[in-house]
Amino acid sequence: MNNFVIHRPSSEQDAAAIIGDAASRRVALRLEGGGTKSWIGRPVSAQTVLSSSGMSGITLYEPSELVVRALSGTPVEDIRALLARHGQELPFEPPSYEGLYGGRGGSTIGALAAMNLSGPRRISAGAARDCLLGIRFVNGRGEIVKTGGRVMKNVTGLDLVKLMAGSWGTLGFITEVAFKVLPRQRATATLRLVGLSDRGGVNVLTSAMGSPYDVSGAAHVPFSSRGNSETLIRIEGSAASVEARAERLRKVVAEFGSISVVDTEASLSIWTSVRELGPLQLRPDDVVWRLSVPPDRAVDVIETANVNNRTGARWFYDWSGGLLWLALPIQADVDSGPIRSAVGTFGGHATLFRAPEELRRQVPVFHPLSAPVMAITNNLKKAFDPSKILNPFLMYDRI
Amino acid sequence: MIQFPSPNKEIIDRRLDIIQDLAALLPGESLIHTKEELKAYDTDALTAYRRVPLAVALPTKTEEVAAVLAYCNRYGVKVVARGAGTSLAGGAIPQEDAIVVGLSKMSRLLDVNYRNRTARVQAGMTNLSISDAVGSDGFFYAPDPSSQLACSIGGNIGMNSGGAHCLKYGVTTNNLLGVKMVLIDGTVLDIGGEHLDAAGYDLLGLVCGSEGQLGIVTEATVRIVRAAEQVRAALMGFDSAEAAGAAVAEIIAAGIIPVALEYMDRTAIQISENYAKAGYPLDVEAMLIVEVEGTEEENDATLREIINSASKHGPRNVRVAQNSVERNAIWKGRKATFGATGRISDYICMDGTIPTTQLPYVLRRTSEIIASYGLRVANVFHAGDGNLHPLILFDINQPGEMEKAEAAGEELLKLCVEVGGCLTGEHGVGIEKRDLMHFQYSAVDLNQQMRARAAFDPAWLLNPAKVFPLTARIAA
Repeated sequence: MNNFVIHRPSSEQDAAAIIGDAASRRVALRLEGGGTKSWIGRPVSAQTVLSSSGMSGITLYEPSELVVRALSGTPVEDIRALLARHGQELPFEPPSYEGLYGGRGGSTIGALAAMNLSGPRRISAGAARDCLLGIRFVNGRGEIVKTGGRVMKNVTGLDLVKLMAGSWGTLGFITEVAFKVLPRQRATATLRLVGLSDRGGVNVLTSAMGSPYDVSGAAHVPFSSRGNSETLIRIEGSAASVEARAERLRKVVAEFGSISVVDTEASLSIWTSVRELGPLQLRPDDVVWRLSVPPDRAVDVIETANVNNRTGARWFYDWSGGLLWLALPIQADVDSGPIRSAVGTFGGHATLFRAPEELRRQVPVFHPLSAPVMAITNNLKKAFDPSKILNPFLMYDRI
Repeated sequence: MIQFPSPNKEIIDRRLDIIQDLAALLPGESLIHTKEELKAYDTDALTAYRRVPLAVALPTKTEEVAAVLAYCNRYGVKVVARGAGTSLAGGAIPQEDAIVVGLSKMSRLLDVNYRNRTARVQAGMTNLSISDAVGSDGFFYAPDPSSQLACSIGGNIGMNSGGAHCLKYGVTTNNLLGVKMVLIDGTVLDIGGEHLDAAGYDLLGLVCGSEGQLGIVTEATVRIVRAAEQVRAALMGFDSAEAAGAAVAEIIAAGIIPVALEYMDRTAIQISENYAKAGYPLDVEAMLIVEVEGTEEENDATLREIINSASKHGPRNVRVAQNSVERNAIWKGRKATFGATGRISDYICMDGTIPTTQLPYVLRRTSEIIASYGLRVANVFHAGDGNLHPLILFDINQPGEMEKAEAAGEELLKLCVEVGGCLTGEHGVGIEKRDLMHFQYSAVDLNQQMRARAAFDPAWLLNPAKVFPLTARIAA
């Protein structure tokens, strides 16, 4: 191991002092939550780590207001458990991706906000960023900034909450977050169709999403552990409602193949697996890509990038086809060209989600931006972190 | 009274040159510059304040918007973007040394994709016309501001508008997938598209609700939603505001999130009923409107649960709409309340949001504050998410009354912030709440917002008199 310096501030003020000092000396900081995803992004060459692990605890929970607020280093698991005791949950079904990076059990709520990670229910409940009500953070000047609040409707001033969500720690060190919560779904059913082609499967998904039955999960898995492809459609709600809607939805998709209905308990394990990328059947040396694309072009992207003809390649579709996960053996052609160019043709973006450090140096990890968007991105980086000390170059060459 | 910055005399002196130059960039009929015609653009829905702009440009395509903005950037001319001019916060009120860029000639539907559940529209398209365009196929556009018949999607994006049905579907920012936007230097930016979560920083989230300060949106890709099989609404009347407020908390605590959960007090009920004749109960202090959607069985069950929860707080009457005619009447009354109020009195409409547990306290304090100014208030608001709309009634012909109403409104908004809420839930800051921003935000908070703003418009040419206190301006 290198000789890292690790700062674990126990308060926002401490964090502000550390960052203010680092800014004056132009010392780069690598920001960390539970440290479970330090593999992600472009390699950050910083000898100093700023960890949120010293700032943990739930600071507000009002079940009747549907809001929870916590310090950024609070484990997601703690929040999940507290909400569950009150029959509530984070609506966007946060993934942990534990199997992906080898880390175990330490994902923090602050990192979840910083990465804007959302699970299968993103298609009906919105993303992490949609459920984020407020953020406190320390910017690259060492100033403590508050944005948003604890209420669901708030248009007071610029929405820096959204900007912070998904900025991967390059704009500020998040110290506290407030999330909207919802009553936990009481029952779940999954409609399963077996043996459809990719095109047939995604077609079923988009048809189901266009039905009036409030689908909250829509995935197509070309290679299930049972050999055949599986097309999965989820419905959630009260038991009576789930039963009624599952029955009607079955009629909508009946023309596409024979359907089995999976009950609540089995459904929960299916969707946990989808959320945690189980269908990729990851091997230790796989490179993982995450693509956000228009659902009706998802299969075109796979075919145009020629992924389907690569030896050992596996992939599956979540979000009704809008989220594509690819696993490619490292030995195979990992050139990003065909993937990025297919996404360029059909719209969307591709992120190199897991790869060895060397590859993450060679290949742009985040999808290259157009020149005008890149220019604004640069200006924003300067507006928050003028000395460029926070996770330098994690997202883009100069960001 | 709300202050405007003093106009830049050099720009005013060059008015005729500027008009001539703009004429060369726009098709005929797209430039308005006579005194009489400009009158129509001197305010928005905050009609107590008026400023006649230098000129009004009504471009017909993105390239024209880009040409006009590039020109304004070169010569330091300020620009105020305008959708339909329905802002209650003064977001579209011009200033004398600015030109208005109105999007009313860009109102076409460009594309609908039912597979992806998206619609691509020009920014001047009205909110309701999007739903109308996809309604026959069973889809709709979810955010529904009361002004949805008139307001434009571009204006909705500028203000991150909400509506009564946001409890389930979210506000504009949760239903926006992409924009085409012109920066002040004429650069055209494409953000997002038919996929979810645009690449890089969430510029879409930053642009939505930025009140025309970052650029001018000319096209938008929005999410459309398949309508449920059935929608049902119900009314519940209560003897006190506290009972109605407690019923709201009870419903949510029972794990039920209706599509809409609206509150009206006695004054609002009476004003609405006199005008819209929706059949509202006149013998109650407060009324809740709830709406649920789903399959028929589902709605029956949910309504039963809601009424059970509410019944712990002794509703005086409960009425479930039996058909779409009765449902439409319930909503007609609610949506007509602002207009009906305007027919009997001058009013200003506040828009603060509070944590819902504070509802009884804030309603009591609201009555006390308004009474201390010798004024009247009608309360009508989105109870499910704590977004209040006290309508403060006054008579503009009585000297000093408008100032009193504004002072009372300011106290109400400070109250919202004090209990953990915010100044504006869905109308925006505009000029109206600009000078109250420091009650919600520290100087550091505001400086960070202004630095983000300057990343797009370093010279502060776009809608510069809005959102941020006039005394504080931070460039790039």
